[in-house]
Amino acid sequence: MEKIVLPEIPDLDKIEVYLANGGFEAARKALSQTPEEVIEQVKKSGLRGRGGAAFLTGLKWSFMPKTTDKPKYLCINGDESEPGSFKDRQIFEDNPFQLIEGIIIASYAIGAKTAYLYIRGEYHKWIKLMQKAVDTAYEKGFLGDAMKQTFGTDFSCNLFIHKGAGAYICGEESSLMNSIEGLRGYPRVKPPFPAQNGLWGCPTTINNVETITNVPAIIKNGWEWFSKIGAPKHPGTILFGVSGHVNKPGVYELPSGILLTDLIYNIAGGVIGDKKIKCVIPGGSSMPPLRGDQLEGVKMDAESLKEVGSAIGTGGVMVMDEDTDLLKVLIRIAHFYHHESCGQCTPCREGTGWMEKTLRRIADGNGTSKDLDLLCDVANHIKGNTICALGDAAAWPVKFFITRFREEFEKYVKPEISIAVPNKVHSMRNTAIPLADIKI
Amino acid sequence: MSFKFTEENLKRIEEVRKKYPTALAAVMPVVYIAQEQNGYISNEVMEEIAAVLGVDKVNVLSVVTFYTMYYTKPMGKYHVQVCTNVLCMLRGGYEIWDNIKTKLGLDHMQVSDDGKFSLEEVECMGACGYAPMFAINEDFYENLTKEKVEEILNSLN
Repeated sequence: MEKIVLPEIPDLDKIEVYLANGGFEAARKALSQTPEEVIEQVKKSGLRGRGGAAFLTGLKWSFMPKTTDKPKYLCINGDESEPGSFKDRQIFEDNPFQLIEGIIIASYAIGAKTAYLYIRGEYHKWIKLMQKAVDTAYEKGFLGDAMKQTFGTDFSCNLFIHKGAGAYICGEESSLMNSIEGLRGYPRVKPPFPAQNGLWGCPTTINNVETITNVPAIIKNGWEWFSKIGAPKHPGTILFGVSGHVNKPGVYELPSGILLTDLIYNIAGGVIGDKKIKCVIPGGSSMPPLRGDQLEGVKMDAESLKEVGSAIGTGGVMVMDEDTDLLKVLIRIAHFYHHESCGQCTPCREGTGWMEKTLRRIADGNGTSKDLDLLCDVANHIKGNTICALGDAAAWPVKFFITRFREEFEKYVKPEISIAVPNKVHSMRNTAIPLADIKI
Repeated sequence: MSFKFTEENLKRIEEVRKKYPTALAAVMPVVYIAQEQNGYISNEVMEEIAAVLGVDKVNVLSVVTFYTMYYTKPMGKYHVQVCTNVLCMLRGGYEIWDNIKTKLGLDHMQVSDDGKFSLEEVECMGACGYAPMFAINEDFYENLTKEKVEEILNSLN
C-alpha cells in the first residue's frame, strides 16, 4: 500500500535523499501553473483538513481574496495538543521537506509571501529538527529570495517557525494567530473569518501540518489519483495515532475508510492481554466515544464516523479495555478541559469547572443519579455557546460518556430524594441530597 | 536585582525581530531567550524585555502569565514534567507520578532545597503512543517503567 505522508524511505529527512526521490518537483510543477489551477487541483482531489474539522482544503484556499493591498499569510498548525494525537511530530522527524514543499505550494496558491509554522513548545526536539530542515531549504535555495532562481519564477516566500508555550487552546486557529501576534491565546469571534481578517488583520489561511504534507503528492500524481485512495468522500491516507490498551501503539498511515476493528486488531496488535474493549474514542479526547460492542463495521473516515455519532478529529484512536474505570477517564478529560479553558467565555470557564467538580463528587461517593443529568445539562449549556470549539470539545466527552455508558456511572451514584433547597444558585436548585447525608 | 540581556542574546533578539512585522509578535520568542538566560521570568526581566522590544510591560506580563511554559519563579536544574493525561493514565502514568513524588519528596511545582530538582504534573505532551512518559528539561523519556524512572533519575547529577 502506498504511503503519501510518511513513505518508507530511509533517511528521507536528509535533503539529498528527498531530492533523489523527486523532492521539490511538485513545487516546480505547481509554480509553473497559475495559483487558480493549483487550487482547482486540490479542490478536485477532495483533500480534507486533518486537524479535526475535516474541512475541504481547496475550498478553504479559494476563500482568500484575489485582489487585496494587504499582505497575505499562511499559518501551519503544528500545535498538536489534543490528548491522543501525536502524528505531526512524526512528520517533523521523518519527512520535514515534504512539509516545506507543501508550504511552498500552498503559499503560492493563496499568494502568501510569509508562512508561519506553529509548533507546540514542548516539542523542543522536533522544533530543532524542523528548524534544521528549514535552514537547509534556505541554503539550497528552496525558500527565500533564492527560490526565484531555483524555480525560475517571480514567486518567493519565507517560512518561520513560531514556538508555542504550552497552551492547548493555541491549536484553535484564531487563538493560534493571536499567539503569533504576541498576545494571549484568546480565540477571536468569527466572522470575520481568517481569510478576510487574520494575522495582523490581513487575509490568512490556516492548515494542519498533515494536510499540507499531502499537497505535493496531489500536485505530483494528479488529483484523480488522490481522490481514488480510501473513502470517496474523505480521500487519501490518514495518520492514525493508536494509543491506550493496545499491544503495538504508534502512528500508522492507512487509507481512510479502514475498518476500526482492522486498525485495532490487525495493525495495532490487538488489545493487551486479549481483553475485550469497553470504549474507543476514534479521534482524540474531545470526540464522542464509541462503545466496545458498537465497533463492528465502523469505518475510519469523516462521513462514516458521523453516521455512528462520532467524528474523525485528529485520527487519535484511544482504546480502553474492559477493566477501564470510565469515571476516572472522564474526570481526567474534564480536568484537562478545565485546565485548558482560556477563560474568555463564561459557559466554558465556569462550566468546565462545574463538570469536573460534579464528577469528583460522584467519585467521592457523594453523587446521586440526578448529578448525571446535571452534568449533561451543564454540557448542553456549554456546547454552542462559546466563541471557539473548546467549549464543544469539553462538553462532548461528558455528555456522550454519560449517555452512552450510563450504567458505568450509575454504579457510583446513590438513589436520591428531592427536597427543596432554598437560596442556592440556579444550577444547584434541583440538586438532590443523598439519603445518607440527611441527619434528622 | 536588575537584568540585562547578554550581547549574544541581544543579537538573537535582533534576528527574531526580523521574523515578524511588529515588535509585539517577538514577545514570545524573546521571553524564551530571557528564560534561557535567567532561568525564570521576574518583574525585572519583564521590564527589560519590554524596554528592548519597545512594547508596554503589560503586554509582556499578559503573555508570561497566560502560557504555562514560562516560569515566574526559579525551577530546578532538572525540571521533571510528568504527564498524567488520559493515555498516560491508562498505562500507569499516576503510578509513575506517585513514585517520582515520593522519590523526590516534591509535589506539583515545588523545587528541592538544593535546587537540583523541580516537579510539574503536565497535560498531554503528544507522546500518547509511547505512554507513560515524562520530560526532563527539553528531553522526552517514553515507555517508562518504575525501574526505568529510577535509573533515569539516579543518573542525573
